[in-house]
Amino acid sequence: MNFDFAQSHFALFELPTSFALDRARLDARYKALQTEYHPDRYASHDDATRRLSLQIATRVNEAYQTLKSPLARGRYLLTLAGVDTEEETNTAMPMDFLMAQMEWREAIGDTKASRSVDALEALNRDLAQETDALTQELGALIDDDRDYPAAAMAVRKLRFLEKLHEEIGDAIEAVLF
Amino acid sequence: MALLQISEPGLSAAPHQHRLAVGIDLGTTNSLVATVRSGSAACLPDDDGRTLLPSVVHYGADQTVTVGHAAQKRQNQDPANTIVSVKRFMGRGLTDVADAATPYRFVDEPGMLKLSTVAGIKSPVEVSADILKALRFRAEQSLGGDLVGAVITVPAYFDDAQRQATKDAARLAGLNVLRLLNEPTAAAIAYGLDNASEGTYVVYDLGGGTFDVSILELTRGVFEVRATSGDSKLGGDDFDHRLYCWILEAAGLSQLNDRDARLLLTKARQAKEALTDHATTQVTAKLSDDSVIDVELTAEIFQQITDHLVQKTITPVRRALRDARLTADDIKGVVLVGGATRMPHVRRAVAQLFGKPPLTNLDPDKVVALGAAMQANVLAGNKGDDDWLLLDVIPLSLGLETMGGLVEKVIPRNSTIPTARAQEFTTFKDGQTAMAIHVLQGERELVTDCRSLARFELRGIPAMVAGAARIRVTFQVDADGLLSVSAQEQSSGVQASIVVKPSYGLSDDEIGRMLSDSMAHAGDDLEARKLAEARVESKSIVNATLAALEQDGDLLNADERQAVDAALAAAQAANAGSNANLIRTAAEALNQASGDFAARRMDRAVSRGLAGHKVSDF
Ligand SMILES: Nc1ncnc2c1ncn2[C@@H]1O[C@H](COP(=O)(O)OP(=O)(O)OP(=O)(O)O)[C@@H](O)[C@H]1O
Ligand SMILES: [Mg+2]
Repeated sequence: MNFDFAQSHFALFELPTSFALDRARLDARYKALQTEYHPDRYASHDDATRRLSLQIATRVNEAYQTLKSPLARGRYLLTLAGVDTEEETNTAMPMDFLMAQMEWREAIGDTKASRSVDALEALNRDLAQETDALTQELGALIDDDRDYPAAAMAVRKLRFLEKLHEEIGDAIEAVLF
Repeated sequence: MALLQISEPGLSAAPHQHRLAVGIDLGTTNSLVATVRSGSAACLPDDDGRTLLPSVVHYGADQTVTVGHAAQKRQNQDPANTIVSVKRFMGRGLTDVADAATPYRFVDEPGMLKLSTVAGIKSPVEVSADILKALRFRAEQSLGGDLVGAVITVPAYFDDAQRQATKDAARLAGLNVLRLLNEPTAAAIAYGLDNASEGTYVVYDLGGGTFDVSILELTRGVFEVRATSGDSKLGGDDFDHRLYCWILEAAGLSQLNDRDARLLLTKARQAKEALTDHATTQVTAKLSDDSVIDVELTAEIFQQITDHLVQKTITPVRRALRDARLTADDIKGVVLVGGATRMPHVRRAVAQLFGKPPLTNLDPDKVVALGAAMQANVLAGNKGDDDWLLLDVIPLSLGLETMGGLVEKVIPRNSTIPTARAQEFTTFKDGQTAMAIHVLQGERELVTDCRSLARFELRGIPAMVAGAARIRVTFQVDADGLLSVSAQEQSSGVQASIVVKPSYGLSDDEIGRMLSDSMAHAGDDLEARKLAEARVESKSIVNATLAALEQDGDLLNADERQAVDAALAAAQAANAGSNANLIRTAAEALNQASGDFAARRMDRAVSRGLAGHKVSDF
């Protein structure tokens, strides 16, 4: 079993190192890789081989999850370019973005209180639109402009939106289950 | 006896060295063992042709262990030493089962509960190992060789402690575990390969003690689990229990002794099963004080009083759909698995939710074992033409205890396995050389609402000022869904040692002790094997004699007949006992007694043969 743990996720998936992604190729390559390395292929091999296959399959899953998610993919591309996204440390966000965040939080709080799944789902759809727009912006910043500081800001913003999405999801589950 | 060890043609002498591997469905109520031979999977029957082994173990004061149907028969007389539904106790503590009415004497200690029997204190792991041993023995007898390994199925919704306990039980039973396989996934394999289906399927598995639901996407040769959910404390047993309560009420009774309770629970189960095919049934039972219970029950009432249990299965189905980002309309088919899905109101509820009748074309009792056998065959390296890949998920999120008794998720539920996640920690005191980490599993925010898996203590951290040490702890979940943890101090590269205290599991020491105990009992296993062989041999002589008497009984005069009958009765009586030597002796005596008879039958056969032919024919 030969595997290069040092190669990038893009190299592993034989994809160009870019934000734009051919999803069908990603999926096909994922299945091919797991077909080759999954621990089930090595169930009756020795311990060392089994451990290696476990490590490779784990890496393949991690790489797949990273490339599949736009936020994780953007963050990963920036890491490859040597740029820290400073998601935990840099809290200096533009004023208008912070205002918009506060509005979102209020809306979620109100809708939560109404316990209406439909209203929460509607909110989720609005959020998805905003997320899509920001994702496009991130793609252009990385692939076209190569403006990494701006891209890092977009990643931080997306992280905020993802947290909102999780909060709405939790609220929906709290009503449903 | 040589005659009985004839194996399937082409099996033992296969050209490519077929490696013997089995799939085992270790169920709450029933367990099965299956294997693939000549390309197709089949469940292996016992000597009486039964494939289901009741998951019941009886412990005798003389240390005898009885498993299956024979143990089930002791259930009503000796409930405290007859362990049923032990799967419910795997990886569980005493407080987890506090609400269940059981006749057992539990040992009060922290960690996994233990049962006190006349044969000593038993961990659920040991009881399960006894069931697995019986199946392993059955498989080795019928396949005529040692097994290279086994795939053992577990409910998809089993947490780490329950999985670990299952794997420990297999180890104790001397089985090499090729894989722990989720039950719904096993069922999907059995279905998917038979029907060459593509698309998204739901597997709804309601067994005796657990409820599982998985959503799988089948594409060419890949089974990808999209989401899984369930309730590891919900199954046919709960319907029995509800019905039991109803019967008590209808009969105006309150508290019963253990024996009566067991009897009535059995009656409740029979009534439940009868109502699957009948509109009414009569529940009659004679209690130990000679009073008689006799009530009529209709299917309508039964369905009414258990409807909340059916509804309880719908929530996890919806949750799984939501996690997979799908709606009921996206589902191409629903596969029903587990004996409890035979109940009409369960089928109706499922059909209503998905707007289509569920698939039931495979035997719901066997489908899990068959799928496990197919996977075992692949894992053992007996490659067929069509190979497949299974991508399963972790059913419940893994997290760590943080300040204030909160849980921070490290690996979210429904992540494809194998998976790993590293987390960095730091010291908060100068010179601190150890730190404690608490790992939990579950979806809730509070530590007290999640299941404690283990406490780790990291030791040997190099002394530094507070906050300088950076300890990277890696959580690895393997393809069986089992967690392991390792840690390293980043700046110095020192491998911190980890002391694991599993909250509900067995420590390595305990497993070691049990293993050596079972080595000590290896002699018993040998005895068990001798006994089984003697029984099989005796049974075949008895059967041959019975058939001969039927056909040619007229060859014997009254005295001779009496002698044969007496020897026959003696052999049968010996066979009912468990003394291998006695069984052999009685069988041999029967062989002797019928020796003359056999010779005369031979003469008759020859003369019959001659009568129909001219001498020139020979
Ligand atoms: N005809 C029937 N009608 C209703 N229930 C039935 C019928 N046949 C079997 N059952 C029930 O099915 C349950 C056993 O199912 P099964 O053998 O699938 O469970 P199991 O695999 O042992 O348990 P689990 O999968 O939960 O570990 C029992 O509760 C039994 O009463
Ligand atoms: Mg089952």
